[in-house]
Amino acid sequence: MRFGARIALAVITLAVTATACGAPQDGGSPSRTAADCAPYARYGEHPGTEVTVYAENRDREADLFEETWADFADCTGIDVRYEGDGEFEARIQLRVDGGNAPDVAFFPQPGLMERFARAGRLKPVGAGVAALAEQGWSADWNSYATVDGTLYGTPLVANVKSFVWYSPAFFRDRGLSVPRTWDELMAVTEKVAASGVKPWCAGVESAEATGWPVTDWIEDVLLRQQGTRVYDQWVAHEIPFDDPRVLRAMDTVGSLLKNDRYANGGFGPARSMASISFQEAGTPVLSGDCAMHRQASFYADLWPEGTEIGPDKDVYAFLLPGVDPASRPVLGGGVFTAAFADRPEVRAFQEYLASADFANARMRKGPYVSAHKGVDPANAATPVDRLSIRLLQDPRTQFRFDGSDLMPASVGAGTFWKGAVDWIGGAGTRQVAGSIERSWPTR
Amino acid sequence: MPFDVVAQQPKLLYLLQGVAAFAAVVSLVLLALHRGPARRRAAALLLLAPALLPLTIGLVLPGLRTLALSFTDSAGDTWVGLDNYAWMFTDPRALVALRNTLVWAVLVPLASTALGLLYAAAVARSRCRTVALSLLLTPMALSFVGAGVVWKFVYAYRPAGAEQIGLLNRLVVASGGEPRQWLVDSPWNVLFLIVAMVWTQTGFAAVLLAGAIGAVPAELTEAARLDGASPRQVFRRITLPSIRPTLLVVLLAQAIGTLKAFDIVRAMTGGQFDTGVLAHAMDDQAFRYGETGRGAALAVLLFLLVVPLVAHRLRTRRRTG
Repeated sequence: MRFGARIALAVITLAVTATACGAPQDGGSPSRTAADCAPYARYGEHPGTEVTVYAENRDREADLFEETWADFADCTGIDVRYEGDGEFEARIQLRVDGGNAPDVAFFPQPGLMERFARAGRLKPVGAGVAALAEQGWSADWNSYATVDGTLYGTPLVANVKSFVWYSPAFFRDRGLSVPRTWDELMAVTEKVAASGVKPWCAGVESAEATGWPVTDWIEDVLLRQQGTRVYDQWVAHEIPFDDPRVLRAMDTVGSLLKNDRYANGGFGPARSMASISFQEAGTPVLSGDCAMHRQASFYADLWPEGTEIGPDKDVYAFLLPGVDPASRPVLGGGVFTAAFADRPEVRAFQEYLASADFANARMRKGPYVSAHKGVDPANAATPVDRLSIRLLQDPRTQFRFDGSDLMPASVGAGTFWKGAVDWIGGAGTRQVAGSIERSWPTR
Repeated sequence: MPFDVVAQQPKLLYLLQGVAAFAAVVSLVLLALHRGPARRRAAALLLLAPALLPLTIGLVLPGLRTLALSFTDSAGDTWVGLDNYAWMFTDPRALVALRNTLVWAVLVPLASTALGLLYAAAVARSRCRTVALSLLLTPMALSFVGAGVVWKFVYAYRPAGAEQIGLLNRLVVASGGEPRQWLVDSPWNVLFLIVAMVWTQTGFAAVLLAGAIGAVPAELTEAARLDGASPRQVFRRITLPSIRPTLLVVLLAQAIGTLKAFDIVRAMTGGQFDTGVLAHAMDDQAFRYGETGRGAALAVLLFLLVVPLVAHRLRTRRRTG
């Protein structure tokens, strides 16, 4: 190609890209009619007021939230000021102590929220939110936001952690079917291992939080082996952290993850898990270097760009099975809203966040799961979101909150994570569990 | 956000009030000093007051509060005596952080000063001395977090057989070895973090020491050489004793900086794999775990460790200055 032609081609390409990028215009901000605002009439009018929101979500997640409540803000006249901070968990304490508390905060862990409730910083919800909470969520979910019988907030986001991501094509080619019981899962594991492929992918590197995927594994297995009662006792420290039943669950996880024959697919020996970030850990599922990757619903966003998710697409997920096909233990997490102020506009905003309208509107914008009973799974952005919502709404589901989020932070976000890393590195089950037990705060 | 004068009005008003108050205080001080011969001590106190006041509010009071908090429980409201200090010296993970901090505080100043000295001596008489020193100084222009991220890549691990993205493992594999998880395998990973710290600090040492070497009187070295001293002898008997004060200053400054090291650990391992240091453990306890008392106790310990070094440095400065 001659030089002139090359330039012409470059110009054309540029022009095409530019017009293509400019094509989907929103058409500016449309003027609102009374009809647009009808759904928001019940929240009243609060012209000239402001509600500050502080949360850890940034970038796209933050944009989706802001887009969702834009209409609410316009119609009620409330200026919702959102601030996202990746260091939320460390900074919220400083902000509250410094007299600079936000009006509303999104707490990623109930334990953290409880700390502020006990310190008398949070305002209990008003009657309106309390009624919405009762209608909207199961008693379990509301209990996570309840401290000493007082409700302080409502769930905002839910995520299901007990998913196993797999490649439907990989399973089809090897004649494997999705396991419905724990024994079937073990059979699939052994069959894949026998064919020379490591069945499990795992990576636990996550900066300071390194180790958390292993703690999720242990919680998931304990929930399956011993049921919800023992799980609750363990989380509340009514039985010691190193109870024999917990050791058994750890050993079961160890037989998978600490086993060089079974893990770490695509990345070498089991010990390599500590160096591999949880974000990249699942990618060998796509190349067939491992069969399964146990990771939460939000892992949907972490697949390489262009990966399609669905029962007959590149990747899909199944629920980590229980002991028998009837049991449906689901480990999950969630984000909760709570308020440090009780001005009318803050109440109105809280009520909006607690409504099914908000959850449905948010879901239509992009990936999002809510445990609200009123959400319509049809609005889910991805098949896994839809699956998550169905699971959360299924009355047979035994949902339990991620235990490390409920334990005291020095254990749940400290010694448990660090212990999990040591354990993957080769330390013994009894020794690691014992040291975590000894680190439990006595006060 | 555009600057809206009307919306900012209250703040501007505060600002105005602040400036006015400051002007008033300064005029009062000047006026008071102007009135007849006041006693010197009172005058000094008066003049120092504007500096002492913020120092008290911003440094002394928080320091005392931290000390008080170090004797309280996690919420910071119940007295627990010396429990937090007992915890610090018995908890295995806290002990690891203590051990690492000591290793850091010994190795980083020694290594970076030694390397800096070698480099400074090597380039001291070179024509491109400035360029050579600036080259070594560039890592210092980088933030510690930046340095941490860079070195994290150097140590990155990929399994054998896969393409190595980390420089170190690439070299190891190229020379026929097995890739290793440099940042994971304790206790050697502590040394690999220290390398990153030394990398950022050597330039600082080299520049100061090169300055000191340059200031050694040329007559001395020339005389020594005329008397038949070898370059090595000149260095050992003339240069080294002449730059001793600078050497000490560099060592102490490095030691103080190293005791407070936080960013590199945070960026490279997040204190995992037994690589935690005191400053990082303090942050974890106080701000992530909500263990206010333990965090405060660690802060007090850190302070106690730094104080003798600072005191020594101040004393030597007074002597030499």
